[in-house]
Amino acid sequence: MSGRTLYEKIWDSHSVGVLPTGQTQLFIGLHLIHEITTAPAFDMLREKGMDVAFPERTFATVDHIVPTDVRSRPFLDREAEELTQALEKNVKQFGVEFFGLDSASQGIVHVIGPQLGLTQPGMTLACGDSHTSTHGAFGTLAFGIGTSQVRDVLATQTLAMEKLKVRRINIDGELGAGVYAKDVILNIIRRLGVAGGKGFAYEYGGSVIDSMNMEERMTVCNMSIEGGALVGYVNPDTTTFEYLKGRPYAPGGAAFDRAVAYWKSIASDAQTKYDDVVNFVGKDIEPTVTWGINPGQAVGITEKLPKPDECSDPAGATKAYEHMGLQPGAPILGTPIDVAFIGSCTNGRLADLRAAAKIAKGRKVRSGIRALVVPGSAEVKKLAEKEGLHEIFTEAGFEWREAGCSMCLAMNPDKLHGKEVSASSSNRNFIGRQGSPQGRTLLMSPAMVAAAALSGKVVDVRDYQ
Amino acid sequence: MSEIVKITNVEGRAVPIRGNDIDTDRIIPARYLKEVTFARMGEYPFFDERFDASGNLKPHPLNDPKYKGASLLFVNKNFGCGSSREHAPQALYRWGINAIVGESFAAIFAGNCTIMGVPTVTVSPGDIEKLMRAVENDPRTTFSLDIQAKTISFGEHKIGVDLPDTYRSALTSGSWDSTAMLRANLSDVKKTATKLPYMNKFAG
Repeated sequence: MSGRTLYEKIWDSHSVGVLPTGQTQLFIGLHLIHEITTAPAFDMLREKGMDVAFPERTFATVDHIVPTDVRSRPFLDREAEELTQALEKNVKQFGVEFFGLDSASQGIVHVIGPQLGLTQPGMTLACGDSHTSTHGAFGTLAFGIGTSQVRDVLATQTLAMEKLKVRRINIDGELGAGVYAKDVILNIIRRLGVAGGKGFAYEYGGSVIDSMNMEERMTVCNMSIEGGALVGYVNPDTTTFEYLKGRPYAPGGAAFDRAVAYWKSIASDAQTKYDDVVNFVGKDIEPTVTWGINPGQAVGITEKLPKPDECSDPAGATKAYEHMGLQPGAPILGTPIDVAFIGSCTNGRLADLRAAAKIAKGRKVRSGIRALVVPGSAEVKKLAEKEGLHEIFTEAGFEWREAGCSMCLAMNPDKLHGKEVSASSSNRNFIGRQGSPQGRTLLMSPAMVAAAALSGKVVDVRDYQ
Repeated sequence: MSEIVKITNVEGRAVPIRGNDIDTDRIIPARYLKEVTFARMGEYPFFDERFDASGNLKPHPLNDPKYKGASLLFVNKNFGCGSSREHAPQALYRWGINAIVGESFAAIFAGNCTIMGVPTVTVSPGDIEKLMRAVENDPRTTFSLDIQAKTISFGEHKIGVDLPDTYRSALTSGSWDSTAMLRANLSDVKKTATKLPYMNKFAG
């Protein structure tokens, strides 16, 4: 008999039943909310006269719109203040635990869930944010939802869902020096396409994933949605259990041992048959940079930019070149930048800041380059400062900020201006994403961003090791 | 919103927006997500592609007077990729779009549309080209999308469309606004929850 995948096991244990529409009613074990996508959901609850069904299973924070420099209230941005107040009112009225601006646990929702031990293997997890796939790093079935679905989770702790197929993605061998988790996921998206994961959950495995720490696995799972996959996950193992041990919301004492036994049981069975299998070789992956307007338009640092007719969507590539002002056939190496951004739910964790600091140490940001380091959470900031990373960055000329989403999506004062080019450790290079309709984004690993900040242009981080 | 609204048919004129991988940041720039309600989203779809920095109109199908009043939107591949923001379909819906026909849709976007009662149906690359050309040649063309029969008709033409059976059922039965349907099973939900070890804090 063929075994079951982690996806199928979690799906089965969380299925409440089949709905009249043919959809499955799926129980949501953990619901994370933030200020942006929730206000209308709470309004809908009020309109329907409903309460929150499982208030103890929803946790809230503020991340998207919070300024990362001056945080005194009221915020200078009136809309940001209103939206924050709306969340503060809603969590109070409906009895939801809230990690607000004054909490030591505030931060990007996908950084604090794992950090607090809220995110655990074998759970379903939903959040009104597409990068919820991040939590899949723990062997969690985690996915982004819209506001009306947030309403459904609040009102019922369930969602009406369709089952996905599972694609196993093996990354075998090992990564070379200067090659990071970000490069792995950019290569997966480049090869399988930005819509290639539609209808699939991605299960990441192989020796490269096995040897990654939890923060690196989170980077990989985070960008599953950029490859079109709603869900991306890694089977839980000793690395996972060690990470969770002792975290505030993780089980403790004897309960932890019982939890580990359960978590082991939900991993995909050895003899499982997958709907699809794709293989990558670690040593083939180079430091990778995007050149276009979606995360699949990427090249290795030593490659030349493709001609539009070599791309899967020539018209899309032509539009990308028009926006980016880059030339087909030119190298990506040496492309001048104006701004360097290290942070986001993709790469704003301690391991990311360490990797960037290693490059920045004892060097200086190139004159004229605006360089920001934005920790993913207040806790990440605290731990980084304990190690002195903030001093390395500020001495090199980087700005050291408070926790938040910052320049990943420009809903706060951190934005690109005009046609600025940004070297960014975030997840999206969409037109206008970083706040300027003409702005241009080059996605890369945090170490590559640090190296670009020092040289004022795209460089190969391997020359800085 | 307690009455049941069955969505079986969308009729009207159409507007084409060409291009693959049109993401939700393009459909609605993030700065408009700072508003506390969806009420004004209809003013913002494709804002930065429709207006320059000084607020002057740029050429865009949604600015073109000949497409004014369209209730169907025709698109290409992977429409609505990226951010899960429901503000994107809300912006299109409040602008006047009641159904979207395309080669393919990103998963979260299609789910958001369905739960709002906006059908997203797919057609082959050849058929989307036929539909786009028909509306570009004569913007007054009226299209009729039949969700139950899975067809779109205009003039003498009838083209097959596809959508998941679950979406079709949700729309045509009026349970696309899913809260009541889910809430009816709250006692079963609690039973499922009780069986999950983490809901009992892994008690021995």
